[in-house]
Amino acid sequence: MSFSNLTRRGLIKTGAVAGAGLALPTYLSAAAHSGFTNAPQGDTVTLGFNVPQSGPYADEGADELRAFELAVEHLNGMGDGGMLQTFSSKALDGTGIMGKKVQFVTGDTQTKSDAARASAKSMIEKDGAVMISGGSSSGVAVAVQALCQEAGVIFMAGLTHSNDTTGKDKRANGFRHFFNSYMSGAALAPVLAKAYGADRKAYHLTADYNWGYTTEEAVRSSTEALGWETVNAVKTPLTQTDFSAYIAPVLQSGADVLVLNHYGGNMVNSLTNAVQFGLRDKMVNGKQFEIVVPLYSELMARGAGANIKGILGSQNWDWKLEDQLGARYSGTNAFVQSFGTKYGFPPSQAAHTCYVQTLLYADAVTRAGSFNPCAVVEALQGFEFDGMGNGPTLYRADDHQCFKDVVVVKGKENPENEFDLVEIVEVTPADQVTYAPDHQQFAGGSLGTCNPGA
Amino acid sequence: MLGLSKKDAGLLAIVAFLCIFAPFLLNPFPEGSAMAQFNAGYPDLMQRLVIFGIFAIGFNILFGLTGYLSFGHAAFLGVGSYAAIWMMKLLTMNVVPAIFVSVLVAGLFSLLVGWISLRRSGIYFSILTLAFAQMSYALAYSVLTPITGGETGLQPKYTDPRILDGALPAGQSPRANLFGLDMKATTELRLGDWVFTFNAGYYIAAATMLLAFYLSIRIFRSPLGMMLRAVKSNQQRMNYTGLNSKPYTLAAFVISGMYAGLAGGLLVAMDTQVGAERMFWTASGEVVLMTILGGAGTLIGPVLGAGFIKYMENIVSKINETVLEQWFAFLPDGLSDAMVAIVYPFVGKGWHLTLGLLFMMVVIFLPGGLVEGGQRIGRLFRSKKSEPETPDGKTTPAE
Repeated sequence: MSFSNLTRRGLIKTGAVAGAGLALPTYLSAAAHSGFTNAPQGDTVTLGFNVPQSGPYADEGADELRAFELAVEHLNGMGDGGMLQTFSSKALDGTGIMGKKVQFVTGDTQTKSDAARASAKSMIEKDGAVMISGGSSSGVAVAVQALCQEAGVIFMAGLTHSNDTTGKDKRANGFRHFFNSYMSGAALAPVLAKAYGADRKAYHLTADYNWGYTTEEAVRSSTEALGWETVNAVKTPLTQTDFSAYIAPVLQSGADVLVLNHYGGNMVNSLTNAVQFGLRDKMVNGKQFEIVVPLYSELMARGAGANIKGILGSQNWDWKLEDQLGARYSGTNAFVQSFGTKYGFPPSQAAHTCYVQTLLYADAVTRAGSFNPCAVVEALQGFEFDGMGNGPTLYRADDHQCFKDVVVVKGKENPENEFDLVEIVEVTPADQVTYAPDHQQFAGGSLGTCNPGA
Repeated sequence: MLGLSKKDAGLLAIVAFLCIFAPFLLNPFPEGSAMAQFNAGYPDLMQRLVIFGIFAIGFNILFGLTGYLSFGHAAFLGVGSYAAIWMMKLLTMNVVPAIFVSVLVAGLFSLLVGWISLRRSGIYFSILTLAFAQMSYALAYSVLTPITGGETGLQPKYTDPRILDGALPAGQSPRANLFGLDMKATTELRLGDWVFTFNAGYYIAAATMLLAFYLSIRIFRSPLGMMLRAVKSNQQRMNYTGLNSKPYTLAAFVISGMYAGLAGGLLVAMDTQVGAERMFWTASGEVVLMTILGGAGTLIGPVLGAGFIKYMENIVSKINETVLEQWFAFLPDGLSDAMVAIVYPFVGKGWHLTLGLLFMMVVIFLPGGLVEGGQRIGRLFRSKKSEPETPDGKTTPAE
């Protein structure tokens, strides 16, 4: 059955009308071109905070969001100013960014790269965000970083620890303040050698995805350089919740150290299993058996409870730094105080890195005098700063990675309260964890050039 | 027209109208107003709406017609996506080979999965497909990391070979295009306070969806479609009459797998990256929700369902506490806090809760999905004398 008579003339006519219709918008949209994507209009500027609000890292995401809100408050001149008082750059004056009031939009990454990109895209396309920040896993960070590069906005990575973010997947529009697997390995190895001796046999259990691989590689190469031997490295599925089957062979292998390259719930479960198996009470090769967790966080420590006691690991930052190690880590107390006043508990390292990233972005814009991503990239590259809680820090131009001291921590034997679960063992100075930009663990990527979009 | 009955042609025309004018229809609120939060007319979401529409249309060919509930369709979407991104990395950033290969690869993969899974029906079939999808996910996430990029996924880089494209100008990131037309090319039309966005990628995806929709109408009305309905209503009886139903169900499975592959390829064409979680079982579950929510077995239902869920995911999930406080700011302090406290669990990260409640209500009160809702409303307004038309398979859900 047919309800229209398709003729050649009719088709041409329709085609012409449709073509004209499609061409019309192009004709009408001459305005609104200012050289880069989402140039802030009017007296406000919009930032996009893209954090996991559901899924395995929802706790980290919630803490990141608190930190973002606090940062925006401080940028707009509300509250006590937090780290703005201690930050070595004095460009920010509490009147927003370049006089524009800071607004923000939030989104849920669900810890999935697809969802994270969808959420970031809606921030860029719909809400006009000129910078995206956040994220709590390396897969998401890499995906969103690539998106921001294409779209021509700045990406300030949140909690992402894999080498790839500033290694083979680095991008000119992306910046990472958080430390990485290599730094964890480099910072931990000397401490481990000192505490446990230089002739240890290590057994690795590694979460079976990119972050696990880079962390295992980093810890392995750093410890082997100091004389350790790696007996075996076994990959465990990310979704594994019971690690008994993986723990049992550890004792037969003749290893005397177990390295758990796990994060979040994985780590809580594997550590609990290992302790339940009595590994820590065993004597192997005449030495006390030890467990090491390369990447630590308070949230994980809370999950693992008493099992975490005495276990070594590394952190980007800890809220007790300034109290215990003095004014080199100034900014820590200012931040902990304003965070504590607002929310009633001390911030996690995820919150810290997100807060700092937001201020660093605002500062870079102010110093550059423009929201143009290329100007911001230029202002951040090679930027040296202090007073953000980590001591003197460098944003290296070659790979957009921050270089700063790494905190080596240990589960506290007698915690005083639920926020005081880790104690600081040592701080490894920045030059010990610095590597060449073309280090083999970071090879294969290229920053490209900044993309202002539009 | 085009071998369609008047009624089907009308339906196609409605879908075409919706697709063409989506930038206007989805952006009903002026920029800067409080309601602008609910605008959905930005390129990324519009693209997702039509792409997941294709995915759901394809799923409906299998589920709606044969009644075989596949719980692993996301695997085909994922496989198609990986195929497409590899085409973009190796061959060219032009989307045509990428989409073509994604359909092909997804088709082959679904042939394999279907050939094995269709030995069983009912719940066993669902479990088999679910197992395949989870296997694909696990493989992509870890074992096949060199091919799939693992957790990090894949993106085109400017260092990729891309043998058909010339070298990129320095510092340019590779962009998906259709013979030079950038998928991200966007023009804006400002009418007073309203801003309407027209995006090249969206219109290409929408045109593909129209084609997919047309094809699905033809399949529904074809002898094959009739055979598939027969499978659904009584496969045993069919077998007793001496008909071998397996080739038909396999055909339906492969066709719907190819639709999923097409959606996967388009996703990559619009947003050049793939992650393994695209194949996770929740993604397979989502397309089942879309189809049931819209109305399984109807032509337009899956498209509506897909649109509905994607809208919820992208719009409702972004309403945060600050936004709520702005909405209720006109109320006295205590009352506004109370309102925020009541509404907050249902928006933002609570959007799953809202979706779940809506899904329950639809399943309980509108078993035929949104399409049935539309029909009921339509019946209210229609003059009483005309009896409801007999079910014709177009807008009524198949059993």
